[in-house]
Amino acid sequence: MVSNTGTMTEQHSEVISKQEETSSILRIDNLNVYADKNHILKDINLIIPKNKVTVLLGPSGCGKTTLLKAMNRLTDLYKELKVDGHIYIEEDDILNATKNIPVIRQKMGLLSQRPYPLPVSIYKNVAYGIKLKGIRDKKLIDYSVERNLREVGLWDEVKNRLNSPATSLSIGQQQRLCLARGLAVKPRIILADEPTSALDPISSKIIENLFKKLEQHYTIILVTHVLRQAIRLADHVVFMSFGEIIEQGQPDELFNNPKTEKLKEYIIHGN
Amino acid sequence: MVTTLVTILLIPLIIGVGLYFKAAPIIENQSLWQLITSSNWAPSKGNFGFWPFIAGSLYVTILSFILAAPVCLFAAIYLTQFSSSKLLQFMHPVIDILAGLPSVIYGVWGILIIVPLISDLLAPIFNTNSSGYSLFAGGIVLAIMCIPYMLNMMIEVFNTVPIGMKEASLSLGATYWESVKHVVVRGSYPGIISACGLGIAKAFGETIAVMMVVGNRIQVTLNPFEAGYPLPALIANNYGEMLSIPMYDSALMFAALLLLVIILLINLVFRYFIYKTQKR
Amino acid sequence: MKRRKIIEETIFRIISAFAAYSLIAILAFIIFIIFLKGFRALNLDMVTKIPKGGFYYGGEGGVLNAIVGSLYIAFGATFIAILVGMPAALYINVHLIRLRRTQNFIRYLLDALWGIPSIVYGAFGFTLMLFFGMNASLLAGIITVALLITPIMVRTFDEVLSTIPKGLHEATLALGSTNTEMAFKVMLKQGFSGFITAVLLSFGRGIGDAASVLFTAGYTDLIPVNLDEPAATLPLAIFFQLSSPIPEVRERAFASAAILTIIILIISLGARYLSKKYSKTILR
Repeated sequence: MVSNTGTMTEQHSEVISKQEETSSILRIDNLNVYADKNHILKDINLIIPKNKVTVLLGPSGCGKTTLLKAMNRLTDLYKELKVDGHIYIEEDDILNATKNIPVIRQKMGLLSQRPYPLPVSIYKNVAYGIKLKGIRDKKLIDYSVERNLREVGLWDEVKNRLNSPATSLSIGQQQRLCLARGLAVKPRIILADEPTSALDPISSKIIENLFKKLEQHYTIILVTHVLRQAIRLADHVVFMSFGEIIEQGQPDELFNNPKTEKLKEYIIHGN
Repeated sequence: MVTTLVTILLIPLIIGVGLYFKAAPIIENQSLWQLITSSNWAPSKGNFGFWPFIAGSLYVTILSFILAAPVCLFAAIYLTQFSSSKLLQFMHPVIDILAGLPSVIYGVWGILIIVPLISDLLAPIFNTNSSGYSLFAGGIVLAIMCIPYMLNMMIEVFNTVPIGMKEASLSLGATYWESVKHVVVRGSYPGIISACGLGIAKAFGETIAVMMVVGNRIQVTLNPFEAGYPLPALIANNYGEMLSIPMYDSALMFAALLLLVIILLINLVFRYFIYKTQKR
Repeated sequence: MKRRKIIEETIFRIISAFAAYSLIAILAFIIFIIFLKGFRALNLDMVTKIPKGGFYYGGEGGVLNAIVGSLYIAFGATFIAILVGMPAALYINVHLIRLRRTQNFIRYLLDALWGIPSIVYGAFGFTLMLFFGMNASLLAGIITVALLITPIMVRTFDEVLSTIPKGLHEATLALGSTNTEMAFKVMLKQGFSGFITAVLLSFGRGIGDAASVLFTAGYTDLIPVNLDEPAATLPLAIFFQLSSPIPEVRERAFASAAILTIIILIISLGARYLSKKYSKTILR
């Protein structure tokens, strides 16, 4: 189900100009990423609309995950990657910032393909980010933990075992825990890298419903290779192939009237 | 094929039984408790108190652990989290060689370098006299010998932490260093502990190198500048006289049996720990 | 608070870098000292002659007795270890491929075996000698060292074999070979580099270990001609001769140390180089 904002027309350029009137939440200028000799992302220019679900779609190897990871500069962890360009999160260029990078990162939350609960208890997982900010007030932390666990629908399931290890949860619960943990630092953007690919259908559905709920207050950038998921969730679709953005726009427009060969092929084969 | 496998697996059992048989006379003669706790060692009079040797082994093992463990931990963190991968690649042969150098080579080096270091440099700093042949020397040499094994294991453990964990931590606003602290190290506690266990087991059983620098005096002392006499050294030093004094051979075999049992115990406990956590 | 974090991180980086680099320095230092003392004493005589006038008091001659003795023992023990250990490792990886728990249990036992200190093997070897009425001899030394290094052989080889993908087994079985046939042909080919590594490591351990030959191989000035005679070994050559009052005898100890170190260096570096080289042709 695709949300339809009545004020926007279906032309992509109109979408862009509308956004330039409000400050763009995330803007990418001339991004190039190289892995040793390979040019993985070629001249990416992208604007992410605020409070919408933007889906990065494409065949595997097209660079969508690298693009996502560049957005919060996780590419620093991969020594073979060289990153060039500008990525503006509100007013901060995260790629060229020299200090406060962790603070800028906190504007975005990450949900990975596989849940990665920290090797501590459920409570400590959610409290991790808050404590990093220096907050020590136990009541505040308790409150935040409960609120964020409620937000993802986990509170009732775990309220009696907050101190048990996070690994004792099922995979679906772990992924929701990771979401709660990410929300606890009050990000404006949620970066999600194929977040349901390791989950069973029921857990996947829960996560997707959560995204639809969160959309109102957060900007969500979702990487997926599942066409149907894109159709279900996207407000804006960016189709990529071999490191370039091929087409982007509203889902109906893109999927019903694909303009490029690559997208046409992808739609036919791309499940 | 099966027979060879089974035979190999039976070796510890056979060794244990064999040693037990040779040690039996002394076990029957004196109580086990007496043997292990008495400090009276006078074989010609028939007194066999093993405590000084057990204490010596414990002291030198613990000392080597205290010296080696932090170095390994720090080095492992640096090599896996901070340095370039080229340095880590370079370190692998370094570790191999350190692990492969025979005990006796460490002993020679210990005599040439560590013993004078202690007698000429360290003892004066602490206002004591020392010949250099001391528990301290044994501890230092042992520490260097155990480091490659512990380091190798810690490197392996740190490398198995999935990068997604670090990504998650960074995304939550942690610095790289905080991520290393909370994710890599905290998440590897079981592996770190196992590595330590292996180091301890190895240190306890090491014979020649320690023997060459530890002074070989039968006494129980807490002063590291004094000499000591670990259990393996007892066996190695006295096998010559073994058959001339009654029950001496039995006593030495008992010492060997004791050593075997202690090491197997340490090994089994820590290895069990590893397998349990690897199942995750 | 940010400043505190930065200070903490910098201090830690410095300490941990220091730890890592100091290990390299220590190794270099050890080798340097051994070679410094050893090369001064090394000359052609040293490696071609046996000691004259008794190894402890006679300053003439060299350490050929120890070199040959060590080689005999190391080769003999490695040979036995291959004979006994290789089939065992193959068995674990071929016939037991479905019994995961058993495999793990056996590996667990083998690891424990690896941890038994060599002095215990030496003491046991000694009791065997008394039991069978053997004298301190080449044979006793070979058997004891074989006991010591077999677990190393098995476990190292096993480690490599276990990385061979399961699919290979199944494909070969589908093509009609029996389990044993397959075991030897396919695994040996794929695991060849691992086999070499295992042999090298075991050999290195066997030639350098002192505690296992202390009681069992005896010591002598001469080169043994048959299995019943005692044999000198490089580690013991160092150990016994280092404390001699005669400086020339001590020189022999240092020379032996240098020789032994060179052997180990060649083995360690060779093993690592070979395992890297052959792993390129192996299936992943």
